[in-house]
Amino acid sequence: MEIEVRFELNGKDVAVRTDPLSRLLDVLRDGLNLTGTKEGCGEGECGACAVLLDGHLVNSCLIPAISLEGKSVLTIEGYRDTERFAVLKEAFAGTGAVQCGFCTPGILMAAEAILRRNPHPTEEELREGLSGNLCRCTGYAMIVEGILLAAEKGTGIW
Amino acid sequence: MVTAFRPVDLREALAVRAGERTIVFAGGSDLMVRGRSIYGGAPRFNLPVLMVGHLPELREITLDGGVLTIGPCCTLSRILCHEAVPSYVRAPLLGMASPPVRNIATLGGNICNASPAGDSLPMLYALDARIELRATDRIRTLKVADFITGPGRTLLKEDEILTGISIPLADFSRVYYRKVGTRRANGISKVSLFAAAKLSASRVEALRISLGAVAPMALRSRVAENMLESLPLEAVARRVDAVKDCFASLINPIDDMRSSKEYRRTVAFNLLENYLCNLISEEDFS
Repeated sequence: MEIEVRFELNGKDVAVRTDPLSRLLDVLRDGLNLTGTKEGCGEGECGACAVLLDGHLVNSCLIPAISLEGKSVLTIEGYRDTERFAVLKEAFAGTGAVQCGFCTPGILMAAEAILRRNPHPTEEELREGLSGNLCRCTGYAMIVEGILLAAEKGTGIW
Repeated sequence: MVTAFRPVDLREALAVRAGERTIVFAGGSDLMVRGRSIYGGAPRFNLPVLMVGHLPELREITLDGGVLTIGPCCTLSRILCHEAVPSYVRAPLLGMASPPVRNIATLGGNICNASPAGDSLPMLYALDARIELRATDRIRTLKVADFITGPGRTLLKEDEILTGISIPLADFSRVYYRKVGTRRANGISKVSLFAAAKLSASRVEALRISLGAVAPMALRSRVAENMLESLPLEAVARRVDAVKDCFASLINPIDDMRSSKEYRRTVAFNLLENYLCNLISEEDFS
């Protein structure tokens, strides 16, 4: 039983024919060729596949296609055209927050989810907000530093 | 490929349940993992799935007459943000999973999963939470503690859907929650302890204690609670061994990849002692 699901993706309406339980992760990567969203663990532990669904950070490996009907999805491909992304990108480059880069799309979506609710988070609030995202390279210190720097440089845009 | 129903309202959902055997699918944070294959792609189940997470009737939170009613498909994040939800209900939910998973996972899912390590369960047991179950032709309510009958086992009938979770609120002045796991986010409990007490200036007025992940289901000991209630505050610490004795025969942990039974048993006793010895100190642990 394939179904057609209609939702908004990065600001544009899309319709996808798919298995109802296809993971949003696979809809994005295999169906729509948006490979910025990464698969790490495939069980909600690592956050590499994080996207925003109706403005909320979710692991796309846990979202079945059928539940996307009428919703809005923002992936790294849509986010990268924003001023907020530009500020985060520069701050991440400046603090060395990216090493292998595999976790980075998920971390950036988490950063956006945190900053849009709390434009000037404390380090503790930031670490709690990032707690669903694993990074095996940086030890997190540079990522936290990068987001705090972006929050400061981007005052007023979140 | 799995057949999936996406009803427009609760009535239609109940009609589907009445018509055929289905797996009720709320947030999906557990089911999407449970049904997956090592080759990736869509998860597989041996029955059709019935999506209910989107139904507005199952996503409300209300406070009426001192009873907090939470729709089973409210995500943990939504519950945590809601002003009617007191800190002692929030405490265990804050320690569950991670922010992105809390945006997906539901309280109803945690109950129906009936995991021995389900982190909302000690709180729901301690607070005497009740659930409402509906079918097309009937409604019944029962205590969460009676609904869960074993690991992964509940009294949910094939034509029923969990439609409400009711928690009678009380003015607990001291709440304690501790979860022991390998990692703060996304860790599955090795042991947890939830306790809530109402203390007067000199006495324990009311007290509830529940342990998680040390037996097939969350544990409560009425004998221990009765022993502590109405005690003068300074006498509580002297009853630590007696309270441990009450729980000793109930605690029955397993050895698994996450922990050993000896560790779980020892830490459960340590948590009980830590709670009781600090009950009358100034700071709140929640």
